[in-house]
Amino acid sequence: MANLDVFCETLLALARKDRNVLAVTSDSRGSGKLAPFAAALPGQIVEVGIAEQNLVGIAAGLASAGKIVYAVSPASFLTARALEQIKNDVCYSDRPVTLVGISAGVSYGALGSTHHSTHDLAALRAIENITIILPADNVETAAAVRAAAALEHPVYLRFGKRPLPHLHPPETQFQVGRALTVRQGADVAFIATGETVHPALAAACELEKGGLSSRVISMHTVKPLDVATLMQAANECRALITVEEHSLCGGLGEACAAVLLQAGMRLPFRIVGFPDEYMVTGSQAEIFEHYGISAHGLAQTAQTLLDTRGRR
Amino acid sequence: MTERELKIKSIEYRKKLLSCIKRANAGHTGGDLSCIDILNVLYNRVLRVAPQTFDDAGRDRYVQSKGHSVEALYVVLADKGFFPESDLETLCRCRSHYVGHPTRKVRGIEQNTGALGHGLAFSVGAALAGRMDGASYKVYTLLGDGELAEGSNWESLLTAAHYRLDNLVAIVDRNTLQITGCTEDVCALEPLRDKFEAFGWAVRTVDGHDVTTLTEVLRAAPFAAGQPSMVIARTVKGKGISFMENVAKWHHGVPSDLQYEQAQQELDRLLQQVGA
Repeated sequence: MANLDVFCETLLALARKDRNVLAVTSDSRGSGKLAPFAAALPGQIVEVGIAEQNLVGIAAGLASAGKIVYAVSPASFLTARALEQIKNDVCYSDRPVTLVGISAGVSYGALGSTHHSTHDLAALRAIENITIILPADNVETAAAVRAAAALEHPVYLRFGKRPLPHLHPPETQFQVGRALTVRQGADVAFIATGETVHPALAAACELEKGGLSSRVISMHTVKPLDVATLMQAANECRALITVEEHSLCGGLGEACAAVLLQAGMRLPFRIVGFPDEYMVTGSQAEIFEHYGISAHGLAQTAQTLLDTRGRR
Repeated sequence: MTERELKIKSIEYRKKLLSCIKRANAGHTGGDLSCIDILNVLYNRVLRVAPQTFDDAGRDRYVQSKGHSVEALYVVLADKGFFPESDLETLCRCRSHYVGHPTRKVRGIEQNTGALGHGLAFSVGAALAGRMDGASYKVYTLLGDGELAEGSNWESLLTAAHYRLDNLVAIVDRNTLQITGCTEDVCALEPLRDKFEAFGWAVRTVDGHDVTTLTEVLRAAPFAAGQPSMVIARTVKGKGISFMENVAKWHHGVPSDLQYEQAQQELDRLLQQVGA
């Protein structure tokens, strides 16, 4: 199942129990798979038209009057068009809105950069008072949707639309700000977030064939970062690679680098994401492949890093 | 409160906001003076909100979209007892919550504003929530006229009409001046009433300094069932101070010592005229 479907299922279940739970959409109920929600609870979906600034401002107003608001829009538009509303109406004003960035990263594939959100983590990380969560599988998504409302402060929830295999058993304890270790290992640690945890895990399997053990961590909460899990990985592994469906500028990788450097850690380290260039287009998988976010690409990055270390 | 008392309030508020601006050496003087009569009428005649009821779910909401006119709002909120007037001595000082635009750190402020084109969407959300809950409160928001060039306002105008939010009242402080000059020279707004009506709002135009008419109009909202209400309040930027009236540079001008004295004297004379 896609995280998007899980989001809708979970939100519908929440909304059935509490009439204050609302979905607010900007002509995005289709792309947000919210049609069943709208059919089941027409009084709990607010449509504002193709107007993302309006979406976020109205969401803040609804939240001010006690509504539990999930504002749903493609991540690219939500976090660029309405950035000032996110900054002022939601974060600065501390309105408990969950901003749901759907079809995030390069999920829209060949539709091109207008529809990609490769800036959103950088933009939102620099805004005070927002929790940023990128669930990696259905289990994390369901838990994150429930956890977001409980935080009672601004949250950005970001996921794609591709069906994903499960990484975790359903009984997994999900906690905002506490990364989940998907696989233990000591040669290289992949600190990945969102959908990129899957290629990181595939790379770990490939590396295992060559006798290298890889730790794979789902850093689902990019802000606040789980510093303890990151530091543990840096202390216990020979090399560290961050992976994200985002620009190399200002995302998970730079967040981790700042922590490691300031803690005095020195280890082979790479940030894998999208370089600061006019990006190639293609399917999400093709874009991933092009930029090395694949089993093969990530395994190669790991081998290069470990070889570099060996030569020193 | 009698008409005379209300008029005296308007003059006293002007004196106080000038005093705050002078002390802080900062403020949006012209717009404060153009909207102060509207705030006077809202808080003393219209809004069902008080310091004791500010946390009640059923209170009326006032959202100041033109956040830069915050000194006017602070003065009125202090007068209504939301916080001690002495707090205003910290206006724009380091670590004071009384910053140059409204924030919720100050009791009585509904929403942080200051960037333009934000208050109406927030107000639409608050009004929509009231509708869903069957609440009887109204939401009032004050917009600057220069602010109307922000496209987000027009998104929200559409939505408010679409949801037939007759519990929402927007007021435009139509002083016709923005920082660069006349609104009609910068980016023409007229025919403004037609535009609002075309967007599905019930519109009234009023003298924004006539507290009697303002009271009548604001109390009459909603002007039409099933439609949001828009009040175009014709105002004068810098109203009440001869040398500030209709002069764009007073958008955020701070009076010199001499100008300050003159301004206070002019207001004192107005007080005498109304027999205070």
